Amino acid sequence: MSQYAIETINLSVKFAENTVLDNINVRIEKGDFVGIIGPNGSGKTTFLKVILNIFEPTSGHVLIFDRDLKDLPAGVIGYVPQIKTIDRSFPATALELVLSGIHNRWVGLKKRSDEKLALEALELVGAAHYAKEQISNLSGGQLQRVYLARCFASNPKILFLDEPATGVDLVCESSINELIEEYNKIRGVTILMVTHDWTAAYHHTNKIMLLNKQLVYFGDKNEAFTEINLQKTFSHLGHKHKVSFGLKNYE
Amino acid sequence: MSELLSLGFMQRALAVGVLLGAISGFLGVFVVQRRMSFLGSGLSHAAFGGVALGIFLSVEPMFVALPFTLIIAFLMVYLKKQTRLAADTTIGILFSLAMALGIVFLALNENYSADAYAYLFGSILNVTITDIVVVVVLTLIISIFGKIFWGRWAYSTFDQELAISSKIPVELDEYMLTLLTALLIVVSIKVVGMLLIGAYLIIPAAAARIVARSFYQMTLLSSIIAVVSSIFGLILSYFIDLPSGAVIILLQTLILILLAILKKF
Repeated sequence: MSQYAIETINLSVKFAENTVLDNINVRIEKGDFVGIIGPNGSGKTTFLKVILNIFEPTSGHVLIFDRDLKDLPAGVIGYVPQIKTIDRSFPATALELVLSGIHNRWVGLKKRSDEKLALEALELVGAAHYAKEQISNLSGGQLQRVYLARCFASNPKILFLDEPATGVDLVCESSINELIEEYNKIRGVTILMVTHDWTAAYHHTNKIMLLNKQLVYFGDKNEAFTEINLQKTFSHLGHKHKVSFGLKNYE
Repeated sequence: MSELLSLGFMQRALAVGVLLGAISGFLGVFVVQRRMSFLGSGLSHAAFGGVALGIFLSVEPMFVALPFTLIIAFLMVYLKKQTRLAADTTIGILFSLAMALGIVFLALNENYSADAYAYLFGSILNVTITDIVVVVVLTLIISIFGKIFWGRWAYSTFDQELAISSKIPVELDEYMLTLLTALLIVVSIKVVGMLLIGAYLIIPAAAARIVARSFYQMTLLSSIIAVVSSIFGLILSYFIDLPSGAVIILLQTLILILLAILKKF
């Protein structure tokens, strides 16, 4: 069996005439925690959504644990979407949201054993006390924890997070990132996290993927943030980045 | 009251009202939560086009309205997928087209078209045994589909992308829901009328949404509100001698207002 959790081969995506991803070839090893960084419109979210089968690639293909994406059973990949896209008008409690992750469908009447499993997952992320709360009443950070619990409860082999820190205060963001890192280390789950927060990506992941429609860099986080890489990634912004992580300085 | 309930036409009207209430309340929650409230009105106008074509061809209007409405329903979803137009836009285009065709068919018809206008308002008090059989069959179909697919439909109603990532065939489910709604509407226009069937799909579900804490509760409550308002609306309309369809809708709206007030306290 392959050592790779995800392989993309010549993966390209076009919407009408607009190229969103251009010939992406990456091999992500099992247990990797990858931070995906790039400017707005660089194809970060599209990259995740192609692997989730939400968008069809224009060309190329994706292998998950050596299997074609189409043959993959439900539940292998967990997904935490951007909070801003979530329909808060839907009548549901935090507990029901977690249960939907366990069953891969919405649950009407709850079984006691499932409820116990969902509560344990909520406890793990420090959200058990608002299990019965309506999702419309939860803050961004609270909802983010519920979504994490939803993924943890379904025990996926791969976890995708799309800007998990958006709309979350700094303390909460740091705590969520630590939770994800711990989950990656303890369970060995492969994680891909789209983020605009370079510092968080540097501190919590082991690999970085720099995207600007094309793959600029994929590899060890310590080699990622060079001036040339950053210029290629953010070139359209027309400025030089001064990146400081307290560990290294690039100018 | 017992005298009223012993009347054959009232028994038939109540039977149809209860069954249509239950299934329209059930499908209505998906229509409302998917922000497709326009769908009911759109499909009922499309059905009117089918009725007019049936009258023009001198065949039983419902035999033409059924395939006609199902084709329009299919196109509503298909065009949305193919053109990336918003759902309300494709619904608006197709229902205008169907309505325009209906008017043309009626204008070409040399005979008096009073039959077509009867479908505008419906007549739940003139329900026949055949109507009841058709509604029972429809109720069975929707109940079986609902039992099997409620969890999937609810999931993709909450978040389509999340559902796709869980391997739910959301496109197929959207076709299923739209075609079942079209079936409900074709069967209902004869008794409820095309002008009011849209409300049957929206108001009970919206009223249920105000107080429901879960989608399961919302589904049950929506059906209960539609059934209760059908029963009391029919009885009330008999005593105050007003059109039953309109009285039922007014009662549903009253329930919605009362629930909204109760929710405040």
